[in-house]
This record gives sequence, structure tokens and C-alpha cells, in this order.
Amino acid sequence: MNKITRRQALGTTAGALTVLGLAGATAHAAVTRSRSAAPATPAGTVDEVYQGRRIRIVPASGGTGDHGGHHGGHQSPGQPTVLIDGRELHVMRNADGSWISVVNHYETFSGPLPLARAAVRELQGASLVPMGGM
Amino acid sequence: MTIRKNQASLTPEEKRAFTAALLELKRTGRYDRFVTTHNGFIMSDTDSGDRVGHRSPSFLPWHRRFLLEFEAALQAVDPAVALPYWDWTADRTARSSLWAADFLGGTGRARDGQVLDGPFAYAAGKWEIAVRVDGRSYLRRALGTGVAQLPTRAEVDSVLAMPVYDAAPWNSSSGGFRNHLEGWRGANLHNRVHVWVGGQMATGVSPNDPVFWMHHAFIDKLWADWQALHPQSAYLPAAGTANVVDLHDTMRPWNDVTPADMLDHRKFYTFDTEPVPAPAGAAASQR
Repeated sequence: MNKITRRQALGTTAGALTVLGLAGATAHAAVTRSRSAAPATPAGTVDEVYQGRRIRIVPASGGTGDHGGHHGGHQSPGQPTVLIDGRELHVMRNADGSWISVVNHYETFSGPLPLARAAVRELQGASLVPMGGM
Repeated sequence: MTIRKNQASLTPEEKRAFTAALLELKRTGRYDRFVTTHNGFIMSDTDSGDRVGHRSPSFLPWHRRFLLEFEAALQAVDPAVALPYWDWTADRTARSSLWAADFLGGTGRARDGQVLDGPFAYAAGKWEIAVRVDGRSYLRRALGTGVAQLPTRAEVDSVLAMPVYDAAPWNSSSGGFRNHLEGWRGANLHNRVHVWVGGQMATGVSPNDPVFWMHHAFIDKLWADWQALHPQSAYLPAAGTANVVDLHDTMRPWNDVTPADMLDHRKFYTFDTEPVPAPAGAAASQR
């Protein structure tokens, strides 16, 4: 199993991820989860190439509550960080435990991974605009 | 007095005036500020924190005020223009005149979702998507792809029949009329229409597609229809609710308007077909 640490995941540059993404072509890499799907953890660490795009999901650090401000941009408390080719996708958890993202904001998903894959399909190869850089 | 009409009944001249006013707001940069405002709220409104524009009781008064501001901007360009509404229970296919080249243009092409006809096609040179979440600067749609069917009249009527405006916990998990109309629960009305259109309409920057205004003008009309069906039902919550806009709380970003100020649309505009108030005690049996 590919054991990538959170620090490594966050430290990888967008450029390197793009290269990896291109090299991955349309192959679907195996999903790597750092933990088995424990119910208390809404999202495990994910690192996969999906339709040629590198998806990384880093679970929220510290605390389990999803209360508090939702400021986006940088790992809001209780929210995982979802990266597509190194660019962060704005995500939000609904009260019923389902998820939405800024590119599918009126459609709910069962977790960050199906949400990230839907975003890749929606993007059709386009790059996310860096959050807060609009 | 502004009269909001069903888009299907607009004359060719009314369509020309409406699209010309949209293009002028776009040219001056005014249009994109509305897109920015909407996206800011949709990203910050959360079920467990402050929520104003979406997933909360103020979804309806917030969008009523937002549309009023937009309509005023259109009327500053052309005083004869009013926001049309799109009754998607009636005009429910991609072949509707709404999507013709003389109005909003049609669906996007398969390869990249790009809209290729109508005044808002990228190639026409007057509708660049500037406020965006990804690199694409052309208007996109995928009519009927994300979800096959628009809501039906029967589904709308089942939601209009709900007598309670909204309920704790006042978010996307609530029972009541507001959340069923918004679509986080039940038949899914408003949210589903965004998904049916696809492209930017399915994203946080959904006002990039001019159909946004006509969709929300119909949602707004359904609120008025609901009020006529349930004259005894009030906006809720009334007071003292954390993170939520109560009846007399002011709403961001204006800070000078409350849900109470927005309850009677006839202060601002009428519809081509005004809802008829239900006789007392007969609300549930209407329609």
C-alpha cells in the first residue's frame, strides 16, 4: 500500500501533481486509504488518479466537531481538504452527513470521494481556480 | 408597476429588450458583482453556522431581495424590462422556446458543454464568464443530463400543500415548505432545476447563466402562491434563533432589510397571474 503522509500530500507541488495526472492518463489507480473506513472518520486519506486527474483527500486535522466558521480556503475545522491536481476544491458537509462542492453545489454526495470524482467529471479537464483567488 | 410575466408569453420585442439589458449589465461589470455576491453566500452559508442566502428560512426573502436589486439594475438600463419567470413544470424540455437562439440559447455541445447559440454564446463575444470556479470562460449547459426530469406540477403542488413555513433546525435537514421548495429534502424542486440545467447553473457561480434569474423568479412566485394557499401561515422563526435570520432580523449583505419587509411581493411587483387567496379553511383542498 502506498503510505503517503499528510505532510507529503500537502507538500507536493501542483506542478508535480499535474505531471502525475498526465502520466496517469485515464487509468484508475487504486484508492489508498490510511485508515479503514471507521464510522467516526468521514473521510480517510485518499490518493488516486481518476480520469487522468489526481485526487487527494486529507481528513480534517484535530477535533471531530464540524461546528464553527466555514471560511474555506484552508482546511476548515472538521472539513477534509479535497485537492484536484493540487488545487483545493471547496467542499461542505450537510447536516444529514452528505456532501456538496462548489462545482456541484445543488447535488449531494455520500462522501468526499464520490464528490471529488463528480468534480473531475464536471471539470472536463479544466483546472480549478485557486480558492480565494477569484 | 413592474409586472413579472411567464417567459413563454414574452413577445419577441420583450425578449430582445431583456437580453439587451443583460448584455449591458455584463458589459459594465455590474452583472458580475451579482455573481460574486451569490457565490460568497453559497460558500459561507452552512448548516451548523451562520446561514442567510441558502439552506435556511431566509432563502426565500434573501433571493427576493437579491432579485429586486438585480431587476432594478436591469431597469436602470431599460425601464420597460421586468424579470420573467420560468415555469419549469410547463416548459420542461430542451425544445422549449426559452432555449431558442432568440432568447437564452440552447444546451451545450457534448465535448466541452459550451453553449454555441444565442446572445450568451462565448463566440458572440459579449458573455465571458469572469467569476468562475475553474478555468473555463465560456457559458456551459447540459440540459437534462445531471438529472433527467424537471419537477412536475404534481410535485410542486405537494410542496405547496405543506402548511408550515420552516422548522428547526432551520437548515438543510428541516421539514416544512421552505426546505422542500429549496430541495434538500423530499421531491427536490429548486435544487433539481439547477442540476437539470447543468454547467455553471450547477455550481456556486450559478448566476453566470441568465436562466438563474428566471428560475428564481418562479421559485419566488411559488412562495407567493404558497402564501395565498396558507394565509394563516407565517414566516418562521419569529425571534431569538442563533445563526438564523428571524422575522425581524436584518439580512446581509444589505443590513437594512428583514424577512418581514419581503413578505408582500405586491409592494414591489405583481405577477401576470396573481395567486388567488384560498377561502378560509379550504387551503388543503385547493387544486
